[in-house]
Amino acid sequence: MKPTEAPKLIVQDLDLYYGDFQALKRIQMSIVSRQITALIGPSGCGKSTLLRCFNRMNDLIESVQMRGRILLDGQDIADPSLPLVTLRKRVGMVFQRPNPFPLSAFENIAFGLHLHALAAGRRIHAIVEQSLQAVGLWDRLKDRLHQPALRLSLEEQQRLCIARAMAIKPEVILLDEPCSTLDPIATGKIEELLYALKEHYTIVIVTHNMQQAARVSDTAGFLLLGELVEFGPTNRLFTNPRDPKTEAYITGRFG
Amino acid sequence: MDPATRRVQAADRQWRRAELIQRVAFALLFIATLLVALASVLVMGLILIRGAPWLSWEFLTTMPARGMRAGGIFPAIVGTLELIGLTVVFALPMGVAAAIYLTEYARDNWMNRFIRLAIVNLSGVPSVVYGLFGLGLFVIFCRFGTSLLAGALTLAIMTLPVIITASEEALRSVPQSFREVSHSLGASRWQTVRHAVLPFAVPGIMTGTILGISRAAGETAPILFTVAAFYVPRLPHSVFDQAMALPYHLYVLSTQIPNIPQAHRYGTALVLLLLVLSLNVLAVVLRARFRRKRQW
Repeated sequence: MKPTEAPKLIVQDLDLYYGDFQALKRIQMSIVSRQITALIGPSGCGKSTLLRCFNRMNDLIESVQMRGRILLDGQDIADPSLPLVTLRKRVGMVFQRPNPFPLSAFENIAFGLHLHALAAGRRIHAIVEQSLQAVGLWDRLKDRLHQPALRLSLEEQQRLCIARAMAIKPEVILLDEPCSTLDPIATGKIEELLYALKEHYTIVIVTHNMQQAARVSDTAGFLLLGELVEFGPTNRLFTNPRDPKTEAYITGRFG
Repeated sequence: MDPATRRVQAADRQWRRAELIQRVAFALLFIATLLVALASVLVMGLILIRGAPWLSWEFLTTMPARGMRAGGIFPAIVGTLELIGLTVVFALPMGVAAAIYLTEYARDNWMNRFIRLAIVNLSGVPSVVYGLFGLGLFVIFCRFGTSLLAGALTLAIMTLPVIITASEEALRSVPQSFREVSHSLGASRWQTVRHAVLPFAVPGIMTGTILGISRAAGETAPILFTVAAFYVPRLPHSVFDQAMALPYHLYVLSTQIPNIPQAHRYGTALVLLLLVLSLNVLAVVLRARFRRKRQW
């Protein structure tokens, strides 16, 4: 592991309710900078819900109630001094299904740049190139930047979505089961990409694929019924789990 | 005959009976459908056969002559086109704005439920009531007089529910994931609507608007008291002028002018019909084209 850095994200006593249903219970964790943190657990355990807390996407759902705190570089993300728009600019997200807009690849990446007025004219082109380079799409797309993004393969679409999230220079990238619609080869390529990206970004990935978590992550958390059962270095968690429930899950006895 | 054979025969008879009933039912359903189509074909056929020979460049582009018994219907065509153009100007922005509010912003509370109910009611109001309402509000109270402005505003209110409903549907059909991505990239609510939702709803909104307008174009009652002139010898100069309009002109020709060639009336009806029909066809073509092009 790299020399200890201050944690990028700290979760303190997080409770989350959908109406009366408690989806997250007393979550405590800290996520280290420039590492990949994986959240694993069976469907409905709350891992996606937890992920969506980090960029406050749950705010879009009216019935959600949250208690506890999440700190980004020590600052409470619910604090009015950190506007939602700024938070989401700093904490980007990639979704389960590749979801490019039905626009060209170029326009997809430029979307966020226009929103934040980050660049104009030639500068946009440079950032588009940079972002596509970073996800390994530039050589394939440089001559078809203005063709519809939906004509790309699913893997390319997902790469494009990662590039779109990266274009606005976030510090954290959240990925919600980013490979669940991809075949194993495409999945492998995305994993390599994530591995390369962690040099610059703090990455949190939700996955129900334990091999994936074992392969790519530095730290892993196991959630079950809204509780963070175990959280620690991936190696340790997979080879020597402390909690019998974790062991049962990773050895495939339920899930 | 042994019982097994008898049972088979009984089952066979029952099956034949069921099939007979089914055939009769299909036949009835088919005839009903045919009658609907027939009505449409008859109306259009009659007007086409009687009106088409009367159509000429002169009929379309000259002013009426000899007490409207001869000459053309140019001012009525222009009046109707101006009227529907102005109606779109008023109804489209307001309708789309309302639809955006209702789909993207409105929470489910009593006020928004009331607003929805009001819109539904608006679409059930008889057109003559709109006419009287327009007379009271725009012509008299707002002092617009009998004018293109008063007529277009009245037609706009009548068209609003159609535009709002169609726009709401178009906005709802934009996948939720577009909104999510946009928010996740740090877009505000309005930026999301403006850049990630509205552009993809435009085709649906256009189709709905055209259909609403085509209905308004053919209405007589709402323009009767608000804009329509029996006869004006010149085209309107401003939105405060009265104007002739096709539906009302047709009514005048059919009921107020004796000794007029029958074909003159049918020719006018045909022009109105073609105008409305071509708007509808435009809407259908647009919808089909965008549906084919749509990729999500």
